[in-house]
Amino acid sequence: MGDLRDLYQEVILEHSKAPRNYRELSDASRVEGFNPLCGDHFTVFIKLENDTVQDVAFQGSGCAISKASASMMTQAIKGKSKAEAEKLFSTFHKLVTEGGANGDQADLGKLAVFSGVSEFPVRVKCATLAWHTMKAALEGKQEPVSTE
Amino acid sequence: MTTAANLPTAAVNVRHAKSILDLQKIRRDFPILARDVRGKKLVYLDNAATSQKPQVVIDAIVRYYEQENANIHRGVHFLSELATSKHDQARQSVQNFINAAHVRELIFVRGATEAINLVAQTYGRKHVGPDDEVLISAMEHHSNIVPWQILCDEKGARLRVAPINEAGELRLDEFEKLIGPRTRIIAVPHVSNALGTVNPLGKIVELAHARKIPVIVDGAQAAPHMRIDVQALGCDFYAFSSHKMFGPMGIGVLYGKTELLEAMPPYQGGGDMISSVTFEKTIYNKLPFKFEAGTPDVAGAIGLGAAVEYLTAIGMDKIAEHEHELLAYATDKVSAIPGVRLIGTAKEKASVLSFVMEGIHPHDIGTILDQEGIAIRTGHHCAQPVMQCFGIPATARASFALYNTKEEVDALAAGILKVQEVFS
Repeated sequence: MGDLRDLYQEVILEHSKAPRNYRELSDASRVEGFNPLCGDHFTVFIKLENDTVQDVAFQGSGCAISKASASMMTQAIKGKSKAEAEKLFSTFHKLVTEGGANGDQADLGKLAVFSGVSEFPVRVKCATLAWHTMKAALEGKQEPVSTE
Repeated sequence: MTTAANLPTAAVNVRHAKSILDLQKIRRDFPILARDVRGKKLVYLDNAATSQKPQVVIDAIVRYYEQENANIHRGVHFLSELATSKHDQARQSVQNFINAAHVRELIFVRGATEAINLVAQTYGRKHVGPDDEVLISAMEHHSNIVPWQILCDEKGARLRVAPINEAGELRLDEFEKLIGPRTRIIAVPHVSNALGTVNPLGKIVELAHARKIPVIVDGAQAAPHMRIDVQALGCDFYAFSSHKMFGPMGIGVLYGKTELLEAMPPYQGGGDMISSVTFEKTIYNKLPFKFEAGTPDVAGAIGLGAAVEYLTAIGMDKIAEHEHELLAYATDKVSAIPGVRLIGTAKEKASVLSFVMEGIHPHDIGTILDQEGIAIRTGHHCAQPVMQCFGIPATARASFALYNTKEEVDALAAGILKVQEVFS
């Protein structure tokens, strides 16, 4: 059974209250992401230049886990190449589904605080909503992303 | 971290005045209520999603499959006669439960959702045409919106929506204005699942019938909580689900007035709904079988029959009184917590306490309460337009049933304080 403090780590609560890069980016590609079950809804903005994430931001509403994850994602992928950002998502996805004991964690840096999510399977969708949306934006998609 | 037991409002030792119901006995009737979840005593406050089942219902279903199982209406053998008679008895129990005039007016369906779809696809397709209107309210569950949207799209008709006020009550004046010469059907909930509002059905039926418009009532959230008398209500159709009223999942009831049901085309074709079939012509069976194609959920019907007999033995008026007191207690207790706002504050309410907390998303409330063994629902409750009315994405919803206690409300209040503590 998961402990609440494993899920709601201080860093996560802090990011959910004061999300970083919480703004609209003009002349960026934008994709909306929905979690229809709980009503979470974010828009992720990404500016790519030569396959590098020049700038990234988000807006929307959702639970503490989804908002903090979006906020910390924007910090983590800024300046990374498209391939690096996608690889980071795959490592992050493994972290929130399988927990922190599987190596590969070095790349994650601060994102490792989300390891507690793996103890709360219904919250995996919250933690990955912004990431799925970011991936769609990187792939040049425009239609909204749904976690269902 | 402080545990809920250390908080000042902790429930365990508080003694409350006795309920009109023998709650200790009732709670023993529901085996699941004795179990622990996540190392805590289960506090089940998600009854509007589905209710728990008493032992008599579980036993009736087991007995059917162990001792009585056979297909109905067609066998000459002992078990088929027995199963048919049990199925008939279940329908009679339901007839008595809602005081329908005739047993033929009760059609077994999969649930309230299918009941509404049935009316939309039969009565609706026959009577709604281009530029006609179907009137619903802004407090509907999706199951009383989408079937009408499908119908209106198909027929080129319009869906009109009567607004609600800030308390979550239907605005009757606006509702009346929206009834026009093209209105063909009025569909409203008896009790709102997201807000708990009890609608003034008497007034609604009066307004509708003055213009000869039939009223279909989504009764899914009313049937477990109050006495239903369809003849006194005067509505033309009434839909409800077994699983929300302590019966099994997968079965529900559509009540309809005989003259309407007789004139409606069938819903689905197949066995059991026919009197005779040739390749040239099929003669449909009489009511209610005309609307029950295929082998029905016999065990489900028997389980539902057991549930309504159980409720009848306790008494729906007593259940309503107990829940009314519980809701009033919970309303005072939860609304007194700073930073908590109730969504849905109608004068007439039943069993539902929806709330939001400042700066804390309902999903996080649900997860933290779950760690305390408290089961509530969070989200839009299949009522996204209601959330839009209140300008919120979601709520946390505690919903009560006959077996809930004031101690459980205390546990909820303590849990809410814990949520605030985690987020402080």
